[in-house]
Amino acid sequence: MTWMEFMQVDFPALATAILAALICGVLGNFLVLRRQSLMGDAISHAVLPGIVVGFIVAGSRSTLPMMGGAVGAAVLAGVLIELVRRFGQIEPGAAMGVVFTVMFALGVVLLEQAAAHSVDLDADCVLYGQLEDILWFEASGWWSLFDREALSGLPRELTTLAVLALVTFALLGLFYKEIKITTFDAGLASALGIPAQAFHYGLILFVSLAAIASFEAVGSILVIAMLICPAATARLITDRYGAQLMLSGLFGVGSAVFGYVAAGFVPGWFGADWALSSSGMMAVVSGVFFGIALVAGPRYGVLATRVFRAAPVPRPETI
Amino acid sequence: MDGALSVALEVLTFRAGYNASVVTLGATCLGVAAGVVGTFTFLRRRALISDAMSHATLPGVVLAFLLGIAFGLEQRNLPLLLAGAAVTGGLGVFLVQLITRSSRITEDAAIGIVLSVFYGLGVVLLTYVQSLSVGGQAGLESFILGQTAAMRRDEAIALAILALAAIVSTVLLFKEFRLVCFDAEFARGLGWPVFRIDLLMAGLSVFVTVIGLQTVGLILIVALLILPPVAARFWSDDLRTIVILSGCIGGASAWIGAALSAAFADLPTGGIIVLVAGVLFVVSLLLAPRRGAVANGWRRMSLAFRLRRDRALAELLAAEREAGPITIGQQARLWLILSGYLRNGRLTPLGRQRAMAADRNFRLWEEVLRSDRAMVPPEAAFGIDPVERLLSTEQLRSLERGLLRPAGPEHAS
Repeated sequence: MTWMEFMQVDFPALATAILAALICGVLGNFLVLRRQSLMGDAISHAVLPGIVVGFIVAGSRSTLPMMGGAVGAAVLAGVLIELVRRFGQIEPGAAMGVVFTVMFALGVVLLEQAAAHSVDLDADCVLYGQLEDILWFEASGWWSLFDREALSGLPRELTTLAVLALVTFALLGLFYKEIKITTFDAGLASALGIPAQAFHYGLILFVSLAAIASFEAVGSILVIAMLICPAATARLITDRYGAQLMLSGLFGVGSAVFGYVAAGFVPGWFGADWALSSSGMMAVVSGVFFGIALVAGPRYGVLATRVFRAAPVPRPETI
Repeated sequence: MDGALSVALEVLTFRAGYNASVVTLGATCLGVAAGVVGTFTFLRRRALISDAMSHATLPGVVLAFLLGIAFGLEQRNLPLLLAGAAVTGGLGVFLVQLITRSSRITEDAAIGIVLSVFYGLGVVLLTYVQSLSVGGQAGLESFILGQTAAMRRDEAIALAILALAAIVSTVLLFKEFRLVCFDAEFARGLGWPVFRIDLLMAGLSVFVTVIGLQTVGLILIVALLILPPVAARFWSDDLRTIVILSGCIGGASAWIGAALSAAFADLPTGGIIVLVAGVLFVVSLLLAPRRGAVANGWRRMSLAFRLRRDRALAELLAAEREAGPITIGQQARLWLILSGYLRNGRLTPLGRQRAMAADRNFRLWEEVLRSDRAMVPPEAAFGIDPVERLLSTEQLRSLERGLLRPAGPEHAS
């Protein structure tokens, strides 16, 4: 494999996957800590009709209309879940299930209509993503990273995610303390004058944006995996908030890299001329990480708590 | 369009040829079974575990396909594929329980983990199968979003029989399921094997999911397990009625959806069935008597109206007694005049009677709050419903005794 091949084929796919995993992995912490993990699942299903409508309106797979449609659908899903919960007096889980399944069904029906008129959009691309199709033809080697002309040809999935990553991490850094307090004790946050509700909706908005930006590149399944698995893995290893954020980011990136290698290169080592789905493999790797932490985690793993009877020292959550 | 509509009508009335009729019948049975079984998982607050379970069936389907190839079976051995789906689906539910019980991970996160990792594994295996040079791989993908077009006649009949078996088992286990749904702790205290009953319930959900894979597909089957019971819940508080209604809603959705997708070639069966169920849900949410949104809104409005009217009457009464200024608003005044309670700025005899009753009711409510607010049933409208009708004569008398103390002489008479 030459540098040129790597930069044209593997680099853009890998960088896209790493960015998606990093953003989702870190944002997922707040969902997991707030016990709203399935919000990610709900959103990534519910945006489907918005994406398809955006595609139909624009007539092509350009980013802005599809993003717009998806954001609209995510907001609609949030509002509908709240309405169904309030007017129907239904438990939140079931309300979520009702809204996202119906919206996904609508998306599937619309998708089928759209696919009948064009070959550009189909169920596969939405469910599994098309990581393998993200190519950077302008690259001729690693030096292209510093070549303005080549950089302008970067695939738009990658640039979208890069911008989103910058904004997300800038906001996380800026509101580090506020987000921490609202996550662990919304009541205390309100008493301190921090608008906990606004932070909650802000979080949901950014999860939607991350889901939507990652969707096209890596598929909905990897988004859900990355929103939950790295954060849950970190939760089994540490009690400290800062470490939790760092570790989840690390596990996200690790899943992306190992998954990509396992899907793309490992079959080749055994002499096969095919590759496996890389986004599926990344989800599997994140599950393997979680499984290892679940069994062998130093403090909260099953081995530590059950087999060796070293009862976990009761320790208050450190904020 | 007209042609398609008449085809839909023919399928709906089972006149569209033997094959289409059998497939529609199978789908309808599946819908009923999903509605009936789903009611209990919904009431047990396990609705979203079904989501993890249904996604977890994908690797099982593909592994069974690979196993079939390894043993040289025919390309699309349906029982084998569905058995594989049942194994990994059941494993998914088990893992959710295991993770939740043995670690600090909460149930919602465990559901998300199982769902995404199993589905990811299924996708990886699918890409492996696609690289093989055997036939029948295309059929595997139809399990994801469901496609009745590929369904054979004998498969549809088998589906209907299995769905009926699920319904019958649920009916037989009705008493056990009811107890566990409403008070698991109580059931455990009575010595019921709650864990095993839960296991049976989960087993039935897996069963329904697996037989629904072909029709609705594994992503949307969870909708058929959630939507009908949630919709049925609006219409009744009685479990038996809810189960029957839920089965009817599920069956109707599948029946209409299957007919529509048979008539319009590019409507995917699973999606359209779920959309029909969604419409039935919205209708229930809005129009159900008592619990529906319209009825609720109407009730709230009429309560607010009664409260304002009674307040205005009580204020008029007080103003008359103390010759103070009348402070009620223009709207309230107009309404009181129209109802004949107020004429020429003074209360009519009828109005006085109503005003006295309203004033007494307000005082009684204050007395209720002062002594023991738990004496009124929780569903009563606080401060508005007439207290007399909510309490026993005994309680009312003791309240009135309290009322005598601060009240003036005209109340004692």
